[in-house]
Amino acid sequence: MKKGREIHGRPRRLRLTALPAALAAVLLLVLLPAPARASGQLTIAAAADLQYAMHALIVKFERQTGAHVRLVLGSSGNITTQIEHGAPYDLFFSADVEHPEILKREKLIVPGSLRRYAVGRLVVYVPKGSKLDFAREGLAALTDPSVQKIAIANPRFAPYGRAAVAALRHVGLYERLRPLIVLGEDVSQTTQFVVSGNAQAALTALSLMFAPGTRSRGNYWIVPAADYPPIEQAVVIVGRSTEKPLAQAFLHFAASSEGRSIFRDYGFTVPAPEKGQ
Amino acid sequence: MNWQALALTLRLSLITAGSLLVIGLPLAYWVAFSRRRWKFLLQTATSMPLVMPPTVLGFYILIAFGSSSPLGRLYQRWTGHTLAFTFTGLVVGSILYSLPFAVQPLVNAFVSIDPRLIDASRVLGASRLRTFFRVILPLSASGIATTIALTFAHTFGEFGVVLMVGGDIPGVTRTISIDVFDLVEAGRYGQANITSLVLLAVSFTVLALVYWWNRRAWPRTPWA
Repeated sequence: MKKGREIHGRPRRLRLTALPAALAAVLLLVLLPAPARASGQLTIAAAADLQYAMHALIVKFERQTGAHVRLVLGSSGNITTQIEHGAPYDLFFSADVEHPEILKREKLIVPGSLRRYAVGRLVVYVPKGSKLDFAREGLAALTDPSVQKIAIANPRFAPYGRAAVAALRHVGLYERLRPLIVLGEDVSQTTQFVVSGNAQAALTALSLMFAPGTRSRGNYWIVPAADYPPIEQAVVIVGRSTEKPLAQAFLHFAASSEGRSIFRDYGFTVPAPEKGQ
Repeated sequence: MNWQALALTLRLSLITAGSLLVIGLPLAYWVAFSRRRWKFLLQTATSMPLVMPPTVLGFYILIAFGSSSPLGRLYQRWTGHTLAFTFTGLVVGSILYSLPFAVQPLVNAFVSIDPRLIDASRVLGASRLRTFFRVILPLSASGIATTIALTFAHTFGEFGVVLMVGGDIPGVTRTISIDVFDLVEAGRYGQANITSLVLLAVSFTVLALVYWWNRRAWPRTPWA
């Protein structure tokens, strides 16, 4: 403490020389050109319901081709906005057909690349130990007084949310259950509301039921496909892509019997191959 | 323009700002005047929401509200419903999220008071409480105004926490920032733009009023 003054002087001088050096380092980092993207690297943007299926597809594809694939997950609406503003994606796997159609109309995709690759399926997800008997009562089980909150994805922009509303309307329960409905930003958040114990049921994507954390914390029941319009999902190659051949190769792989069986394993229905493929 | 969301957000911001003033005054008093060695820990804790991403805070709030946490279960037994997806839940989340914006300006105001004035009040026989209300508070007027304005504006523009625990229920938890998010997601940029402009205008007005008021308040301080 007595020598305080002498010792104090030094670090202060040190800091004065350190500051410009730190500034220079930051400047260098900012000004240096970003490392060029290695060729053979594919960036895929995919809707949240695809996270597990897409992961499995990518692992297999990388093993077969040696290419490197980056996966960006988001809502179809958000990814569309990002592509409109120049996001560097090569492929966009949407959870609907509308958003790829919008990009097609705006001429932001490789002409002719829009293709329907899978149909999503809606489930009711409830926490472990829930006494709701969907097998016997169907969606009407949601009218049980123990259900205080039902999570669905936001029907204003999430395809599974629209399907959920359609399914509840189909069984004539939408108006009655409406006060209980809370909205998730996408199917992931919707599922999360049940996992965290805040909602007693969620109408969400079958494809998310394959996550270990989801499976161990709850049970699901598949909503009959006849109760809601099919959740058709389409993919496009982004027009700005610098890796079009590789993107094309990934699409071929996804449409191969191997790729189709992966989609099926992760809870999607896969349409018959389109003509000319 | 979604007037319902605007009214809801105004209500949330006012309640949060009021609650934070009540909570912030004793907390800030303690931080400013305590001589405890570990008071820096309290200071750190109250500042944490500044560096914590709203998603982290929202995530923990969601877990704490849920039926898997003792706290959540206790609340559920009391009221019959969970705290998530309710307006009260948003108030709790907002109070935690804006806590530093209440405590910091108040601490700054308290420590900048001439200690001789506080000593004089005590020597003249006023209790700590009386000193607080008759000396410290009046001299902290600009800090209090800053606290109200910052917590109000911060809550008004809050997004992450509300997104995580709100559940986007119209009239209950769909605040104006969530409404903008929904509009952008749905591709309705025109409406998103109008709503955003209203949000900006309200925030600007509130902050401008406070800075204008503070500008008058400063020269009146006795030691300047």
